[in-house]
Amino acid sequence: MKGRITGISGPTVTIDVKGLKLYERVAIGRARLLGEVVRLEPKRAVVQVYENTSGLALGEEATGLGNPLTVRLGPGLLNRIFDGLQRPLSDLAASQGPFLLAGEEIPPLEKGRVWIFHPSRKPGEEIASHDILGHVEEGPFRHFITSQGACGCLASIMEGEFTLDQPVAVLEGGEEIFATHDWPVRTPRPWRKKLPPTEPLITGQRCIDFFFPLARGGTAIFPGGFGTGKTILEQTITKFAAADMVIYVGCGERGNEMAEMLEEFGSLTDPWSGQTLMTRTIMLVNTSNMPVAAREASIYTAVTLAEYYRDMGYNVLLLADSISRWAEALREISSSLEEMPGEEGYPTYLSSRLASYFARAGVVETLAGGTGSLSMILSVSPPGGDFTEPVTQACLRTTGSFLMLDTALAHRRHFPAIHWFQSFSLYEGDVETGFEKKVDPRWGELKKACRMLLQREETLREVAEIVGAEGLQDEDHLLMNVAERIRRDFLCQNAYTEDAFSPPEQTFERIRAIIDAYNEAKERLAAGEPVEEILKGGAP
Amino acid sequence: MRLAEHRYSSIASIKGPLLFVTGVLSARMGEVVRVLFPDGSEMEGEILKIAGDTVLIQVFGESRGLDVENSSVIFSDAVKKAPLSPEMLDRVFDGSFRPLDGEPMFVPEGWTPVTGFPLNPTSRARPEEFIETGFSVIDGLNTLVKGQKLPIFSSAGLPSRELAAGILRQARMTRKGESDLVVVFVALGLTHHEYAYYMQTLEGMDTPFVAFINLASDPVVERLLAPRFGLTVAEYFAFERGMDVLVVVTDMTNYCDALREVSTAREELPGRRGYPGYMYSDLASLFERAGRIKGRPGSVTMLPVVTMPEEDITHPIPDLTGYITEGQIVLTRALHQKGVFPPVDILPSLSRLMQRGIGDKLTRADHRDTANLLYKHYSKGRDLRSLEAIVGREGMSATDRGMLDFADAVEGEFIHQEGERRNIAETLDTGIALLKRFSLEVP
Repeated sequence: MKGRITGISGPTVTIDVKGLKLYERVAIGRARLLGEVVRLEPKRAVVQVYENTSGLALGEEATGLGNPLTVRLGPGLLNRIFDGLQRPLSDLAASQGPFLLAGEEIPPLEKGRVWIFHPSRKPGEEIASHDILGHVEEGPFRHFITSQGACGCLASIMEGEFTLDQPVAVLEGGEEIFATHDWPVRTPRPWRKKLPPTEPLITGQRCIDFFFPLARGGTAIFPGGFGTGKTILEQTITKFAAADMVIYVGCGERGNEMAEMLEEFGSLTDPWSGQTLMTRTIMLVNTSNMPVAAREASIYTAVTLAEYYRDMGYNVLLLADSISRWAEALREISSSLEEMPGEEGYPTYLSSRLASYFARAGVVETLAGGTGSLSMILSVSPPGGDFTEPVTQACLRTTGSFLMLDTALAHRRHFPAIHWFQSFSLYEGDVETGFEKKVDPRWGELKKACRMLLQREETLREVAEIVGAEGLQDEDHLLMNVAERIRRDFLCQNAYTEDAFSPPEQTFERIRAIIDAYNEAKERLAAGEPVEEILKGGAP
Repeated sequence: MRLAEHRYSSIASIKGPLLFVTGVLSARMGEVVRVLFPDGSEMEGEILKIAGDTVLIQVFGESRGLDVENSSVIFSDAVKKAPLSPEMLDRVFDGSFRPLDGEPMFVPEGWTPVTGFPLNPTSRARPEEFIETGFSVIDGLNTLVKGQKLPIFSSAGLPSRELAAGILRQARMTRKGESDLVVVFVALGLTHHEYAYYMQTLEGMDTPFVAFINLASDPVVERLLAPRFGLTVAEYFAFERGMDVLVVVTDMTNYCDALREVSTAREELPGRRGYPGYMYSDLASLFERAGRIKGRPGSVTMLPVVTMPEEDITHPIPDLTGYITEGQIVLTRALHQKGVFPPVDILPSLSRLMQRGIGDKLTRADHRDTANLLYKHYSKGRDLRSLEAIVGREGMSATDRGMLDFADAVEGEFIHQEGERRNIAETLDTGIALLKRFSLEVP
């Protein structure tokens, strides 16, 4: 289907091509910029273009490419950095230089790279439609290759070295099965059954693991104003979370942060696997000054990659910084399409799109018969730090955990600036039993004690502001003291030192020491010891 | 490529700086056009939108005098470009890149699209070399490094101008022997008084500069163009000539207001406070041009000045800026009224890249600890001021009174600088002396 450009407005281009399908990919202009059809009318189609439209001319040609936006799946994606459309950024730099110019197509998987296939089936066996045929070693992982829907009797299967353009298996009808395939990013990958998330996702951050635990297969949002430490927290979790692999999407944020992360991850060691962090990571980057419409696609590219590894039976963590920039891209495209706006100019379908996106997270029984999980952590950048705005509110309706990053805490340099009263995690009940079994049976008891102490401190603080610290009762002095210890030595965690990663056992030990010291201090007070003595000796 | 020059007289309507031309055969998004006035004068414009054979053009200047009958538009088939040459140094231009200093326009070595191209994140080098501004509150506690974008958030009546001028005068690279520093100064919506003040500062500097001046009386649309000219010139000196460029833009609030004006004229749906919904991406297209490139010398460091409307840091302009830039230097009226200069409030101020730019071999080994201690105790003292307001100094403990005095001393002696420039050693020593005087921990 060919035609011509009849209109250009921001990231949307109108073309007079007929017979296109919604979300079909289109190549626009002489530069063949990539876009997706977002609206169809009798004689024309409107395309959202993923690159800068500056320089496109009226009358230039437009071609429908026949299929929707897909992502190429296969070995060789880990340990790499792509843009939101899966173009490898390091390769682009090698070819174009340091600046990103429009229109270049570079395949995401390296053609000439040699892999070693380890088959797990033999010729003559019956293959069902999603059976595992074998694997290749990729970094610390076994990258499983399935029959991807093909079924029949296996005629031949690869063993040893091969390149991705060679089939790994041939069926008795002549059908070839390759190690790579494409998947449309807006279509969730299928599973057999969804299972409830009950396992915790250990982050190594005390405040999160203890008070607001995340679950494997669960979802979480980190809303916060600028300067509250969202990105540092996301990057710290990316480094230490107990997930097999991590997909990190830099959606509309700073280029320097991405560059630094890439450098760090290439040298830091993953505490769980012993190899560098980058070997278990895929980074997708669309910086704030890269074309806006591509942000819209980037989160879908990311979740499809995540689902792919989930389907191999792994526990995948997807982090996006920040989902607000995706919502802004959605708003801009909607505005170019002259759609009726909803609240704050966002399209009225913002909530439903977000809900569908969150729904792609979860624990599943895969088509191959195993179990895999996809956990999601999204940061939100509410304008003015106002959480009543549409994106935060829409996320709140569907998210499992809500970790509110507070500006006042950030100003006091209390990091992570997680507000311990406003945040919540719906997974708390489910995962607590797990912690009590695996770490210590007193987990729940200490958590309750902590919460109560912090709550009491809040009340006392208001009193202290009026009567002064000296006006407090002795018991209350002790309480204020222990509350400060909880905040300073337990909730605060320095992302730049060895303290950045605190496994659950260490987390428990630390809070136990604080609470037990407090209980002891209370006993000493009851026994008549003066509070000044207790604070001097017992305090750190 | 068009073989003939296309000229259209079919102007359908004119609205403020916007022109609708119909019957257009061939047009390019972002194409530069020449608008011919009935009186013979010319002005440049840019194509913003194409719908069928109707084209929306934004005029880079006053559209007064244009009419539907006797005006015409010539299409150039090219996007807006900036001329470049090493001879740009020590020149002053207006917001449309026309000379303001009486000298003739230079002969360009080449031309580059003013929007620039985004930097591939894998090609970015980490910003880490220290830029010494001579102000302790910045160098010590909110350190500026090469390649960073760090704004000054000010409010009406606060001395942001004096601070910006002070930084322009005092900024020095400390690692190299001589400074290869170049300043690009972009002024948007300046009053004549401010213009004279800044020009005096620039001309008194040893550092070479390039200035783009848009006065308050100049066309509003130029305010959208001038920063892009400035950044294109900065990228040229930085990445093609290996120099360290400091870009100071004042005032970004005037830029955002111009953006809002054009957006409203385009009848686009307004976002918060009437600013366009794409303001974040638009500001990012400017600020993200700061940085360094791997394997190449040179850097672009940005210091935009933002006057917060209503002193409200949650207003879209400072808010969106804060989400993009790598920190902020916040000026506060409370300190200004106490006579502190520069009146920087440490608590909401931040330099996100500070951690990597300080320490042994960069500034001094005890920098990090000194900064953390100063911050920690100052912030305790600040917290105690609310208690003081209720119970009075007499109702407070001796320790608390000490913390209050420490906070006062930090404001009066560390933050406040009476015209003297301090190097990093002097800054850190001043801080340590204060900590010692109040018997607090020292690094």
